[in-house]
Amino acid sequence: MKENTNTARALLLPALVAAIFIALWTAIWRAGVFHQSAFPSPLAVVRGFGLEVATGRLLNDSVTSLFRVTCGFLLAVALGIPAGVWMGQKLSARLAFLPMTNFFRNLSPLAWMPFAILWFGVGDAAAMFLIFLSVFFPVVLATMAAVGTIPLVYFHVAQNYGLRRFEKLTRVTLPAIMPQVITTLRVTAGVAWLVDVAAEMIAGRDGLGFAVMDARNGLRTDLLVVEMIVIGIIGVLIDRLLVQLTNVPSVRWGYER
Amino acid sequence: MTGCLELTNVSVSFEAVEVIRELSLAIVQGEFVAVVGPSGCGKTTLLNLVAGFERPSSGSVECHGQVRMVYQEDGLFPWATVTENIALGLRHIGDRRERKRQIGDLLRLIRIEGFEHHYPRQLSGGMRQLVELARALAGGSDVLLMDEPFSALDYLTRLRMRNELARLLSEMPRTAVLVTHDIEEAAQLADRVVVLTQRPARIRHEFTISTPRPREPTDFAVVDAVRRILAELDVESGTEASTK
Repeated sequence: MKENTNTARALLLPALVAAIFIALWTAIWRAGVFHQSAFPSPLAVVRGFGLEVATGRLLNDSVTSLFRVTCGFLLAVALGIPAGVWMGQKLSARLAFLPMTNFFRNLSPLAWMPFAILWFGVGDAAAMFLIFLSVFFPVVLATMAAVGTIPLVYFHVAQNYGLRRFEKLTRVTLPAIMPQVITTLRVTAGVAWLVDVAAEMIAGRDGLGFAVMDARNGLRTDLLVVEMIVIGIIGVLIDRLLVQLTNVPSVRWGYER
Repeated sequence: MTGCLELTNVSVSFEAVEVIRELSLAIVQGEFVAVVGPSGCGKTTLLNLVAGFERPSSGSVECHGQVRMVYQEDGLFPWATVTENIALGLRHIGDRRERKRQIGDLLRLIRIEGFEHHYPRQLSGGMRQLVELARALAGGSDVLLMDEPFSALDYLTRLRMRNELARLLSEMPRTAVLVTHDIEEAAQLADRVVVLTQRPARIRHEFTISTPRPREPTDFAVVDAVRRILAELDVESGTEASTK
């Protein structure tokens, strides 16, 4: 009974907030606070949505953007985790590379934009390059830190039970850092999505970021809002997808202590 | 002979800190030795020497056979189930069916059937320590080292765990070294209680408890041994800080 009311509340309350938001939006539009060309009505956005879906452009742009973010993200993770493990285990590697890694971690990937365009031209590769930079360095640092906090006792156990070097990696180090790595993946996937949109706005000929700029250039504020809504929803869905990783039984321990 | 271990004139220093000074201790196969002493006196270092995690600065450590250590808490891999953790102790058994059979036997022995696929965090503290004991006893290991295995548990659970440990060792006899703060635990479980000095650790006194195991905490031999050990530590007269 209690659970039912809670489920109902979890659906009703956000719906109520959304309704109030749309009502406010409509009120501001009706009051004419902003010029009509600078402020679309909710209805115009719904019509714009229908148009974008019908022409297939919305789907195309979404797929393009998701493709870029997926490739850039996966490549950064595939290289970042091994690099982080290496730096976490080897003091000399850490001493050598940590300052540089920190530097690039704190350098906005968007600052690379001019070079990205010069080197890779306008298109997939430039966006992927920027996404890679935005994910790789945080993943390296988080993985390295996670390796550093693995309790020594697990390695003693590994030695006691005769685990060899490679097994220590696969059966102790990697499972021990997995909860923290997953948290980092969630954060960096969000960043990657932000960077992708920004990259496409400047260095794109397609994708949702480009669609935003295109709508602006065409003074189609209705389409602009359509793109914004889709960008936001996809961002939420990416996080929902990655949050599933935290439900894998062998990593739950990291979130329940 | 497997299962016996011998420390001869062992000294250990970490940089400027001398932890153990010229300590000699011989333990025969099947013997249960408890090591008690002040906090930070080097008891854990002693176990780490035997386990091979640390090397002596001088002297020799000889240990024959397969050594396994049980920790105070969190010795189990939290990312592995009860079965997977116990299977770690049976890695050398090639035949899968045989491995499975032995895991089943061990689960029955520690009486936690039904929890095979649970993770450590889903078990009580006492159950976790039982699983760790089973993992350490698995696959015919020879020497069981225990570093305050029950000190994170409440008193009644601790009493029950002593009985469980005694029962497991009667079924699967091992040479055992127990490091503990709990003098009653030492007196109830061990054949011999070694009392260490303040750091750098030397052997201050040894007590042999000849009444056969298993014993109850209220047995005369246990109570008497506790009294003698406390007297040796000057705790009863209150002249020395407690051992915690």
